[in-house]
Amino acid sequence: MPARFLRRLISFALTLALTLFGLLAVTFVIARVVPIDPVIALVGDKAPADVYAAARAHLGLDLPLWQQFIIYLRDVLSGNLGSSSTTGNPVLSDIAHTFPATLELATYAIIVGIGLGIPLGVAAAVWQGRWPDHLIRVVSLFGYSVPVFWLGLVALLVFYARLDWVGGPGRLDIAYDYIVEPWSGLLTVDAAAAGEWDVFWNAVSHLVLPVALLAYFSMAYIGRMTRSFMIDELGKEYITTARVKGASEARVIWRHALGNAAVPLITVVALSYAYLLEGAVLTETVFAWPGLGSYITQALFDADMAAVLGGTLVVGASFVALNIFSELVYAWLDPRARMK
Amino acid sequence: MSLSSPLPPRRGLRAWLTSDTPASRFQARLGRYYATWRALSSNPLTLLGLAILLALVLVAAFAPWLAPFAPNDQDLANRLAPMGGLHPLGTDQLGRDILSRLLYGSRVTLAIIVLVAVISAPIGLAVGTIAGYFGGWVAAVLMRVTDIFMAFPRLILALAFVAVLGPGIDNAVIAIAITAWPPYARIARAETLTFRNADFVRASIVEGAGHWRILMTQIVPLCLGSMIVRVTLDMAGVILIAAGLGFLGLGAQPPTAEWGAMISTGRDYMLDQWWVAAMPGIAILLVSLAFNLLGDGLRDALDPRKRRS
Repeated sequence: MPARFLRRLISFALTLALTLFGLLAVTFVIARVVPIDPVIALVGDKAPADVYAAARAHLGLDLPLWQQFIIYLRDVLSGNLGSSSTTGNPVLSDIAHTFPATLELATYAIIVGIGLGIPLGVAAAVWQGRWPDHLIRVVSLFGYSVPVFWLGLVALLVFYARLDWVGGPGRLDIAYDYIVEPWSGLLTVDAAAAGEWDVFWNAVSHLVLPVALLAYFSMAYIGRMTRSFMIDELGKEYITTARVKGASEARVIWRHALGNAAVPLITVVALSYAYLLEGAVLTETVFAWPGLGSYITQALFDADMAAVLGGTLVVGASFVALNIFSELVYAWLDPRARMK
Repeated sequence: MSLSSPLPPRRGLRAWLTSDTPASRFQARLGRYYATWRALSSNPLTLLGLAILLALVLVAAFAPWLAPFAPNDQDLANRLAPMGGLHPLGTDQLGRDILSRLLYGSRVTLAIIVLVAVISAPIGLAVGTIAGYFGGWVAAVLMRVTDIFMAFPRLILALAFVAVLGPGIDNAVIAIAITAWPPYARIARAETLTFRNADFVRASIVEGAGHWRILMTQIVPLCLGSMIVRVTLDMAGVILIAAGLGFLGLGAQPPTAEWGAMISTGRDYMLDQWWVAAMPGIAILLVSLAFNLLGDGLRDALDPRKRRS
């Protein structure tokens, strides 16, 4: 068995490497066909031909494409994503600054999404065709159909501007800025660690709306998938066996059925988390959240290709990593997947 | 299928359509369409979705006759007018009639949906059926490419492509289509694998049919059902991505009346003139919802295995 698992691990590693390679190839191609000439951006369009040629050589653009690609690969693998033309910093350090904000948003959202989505999905499966089932169907249908940025604007209007229940756009009120030394970049964690509870609660009040919004979308997805997995499981014979031997209904549902449904659910949760990292792009724009999504869109408008591609690469890599992670856990938990 | 009367009349069009022993291909095909329609129309929500989409098509076709104003007619004296009266849904920051802009905006939405479907579905179908039919290294290469594109987050990839190609509807369509085909390829391949070794395919081979002919006449038609379901469901997401690109200012450019871009301009007036941003959002929601409803209904009607879940 361990040998088989090891072989699977190696095959996953190969898939990962190949997919990342493809990711890099696509970003490289995008960077080369972009109509902005990076040389002109550097020396200006009035530069004499020899200066232009020197700058071109300096950027390595006079080399054949395959050599450029190898240099690009080497740079990326050594953590060099180039420099942002707007902030002047290395893209990697920019991303290191903005990514925690996105991570904080997505992580709280996935926790809430799991916490609500799984019980709702179980309820919908147990009472199939009754009101909990209809409720989750309506809730998830709305979640699949509503534009996230619009719902965010409406939520801001109602809960911030009109009712004033929550904090507005941004991560903190201005008065609380720069109090807590950033350590993890997750404001709630940093503030709690420093014992600055004012800052903590302010950060929470700013988190509530965007987290609720993102959590809603992951809840819709997780709930719907939980429902369909649970219906599959509850129809199987081992459930009848469990009931016959006298297990309580709660034990049958939560231990037996959900225990087995949990295996495919891991994939769903990982996928949902990956979508949250992406869905943050629009949400962050609406909530003026200084995360990776805002960084990429801002860079886009400034024609800062190094930043756009660096950001794309990081999100793409997290996507791939989460996919692979879920397949690994799946293979580890599900004996049938191990057998293949 | 339950019949209301114990002794139904066995004549007429319905009997011909539901006949167990169709006399011709034509009759069999029509009979299948009829059965699908019966399954579809038995679900009121599916019909609602279909009705909304029909309305969308009609509105897009007849926008100039339905709209009370031209979409880009400015009336600066009448900026941000509230709902009601001459402007049923109010006016925006340039005094343009919001209802008229919504009606014309349906053309943009419809164009994006149709173009994305027409570009991405055939690509996915081709890649998937070829990979499934030939297998071996062809499949390995094609599906690996598919996986790579699958691994990309859709919106981010669309953003990156738009960044390269420049903002605009055409480029938004290309960007979305490039990110939309991989799931179709996976579905088409999975479907193809289930009947690649079926007797009717072998019979074709024995008859001397070439690969191309088998693909086009045996494989592709059988994949269409699940493709239609998936494409319909996907269009709900495509609308949201297109609107998202428009909202970010990377899709349709001003002054084109596009729903996502309309929300983006309405955002500045959200506090006092909420309808400017609210109305286009409702339009997006309705159309996206319609595709989800129709897609769910189609899945139930075309795929009896999933009817229960």
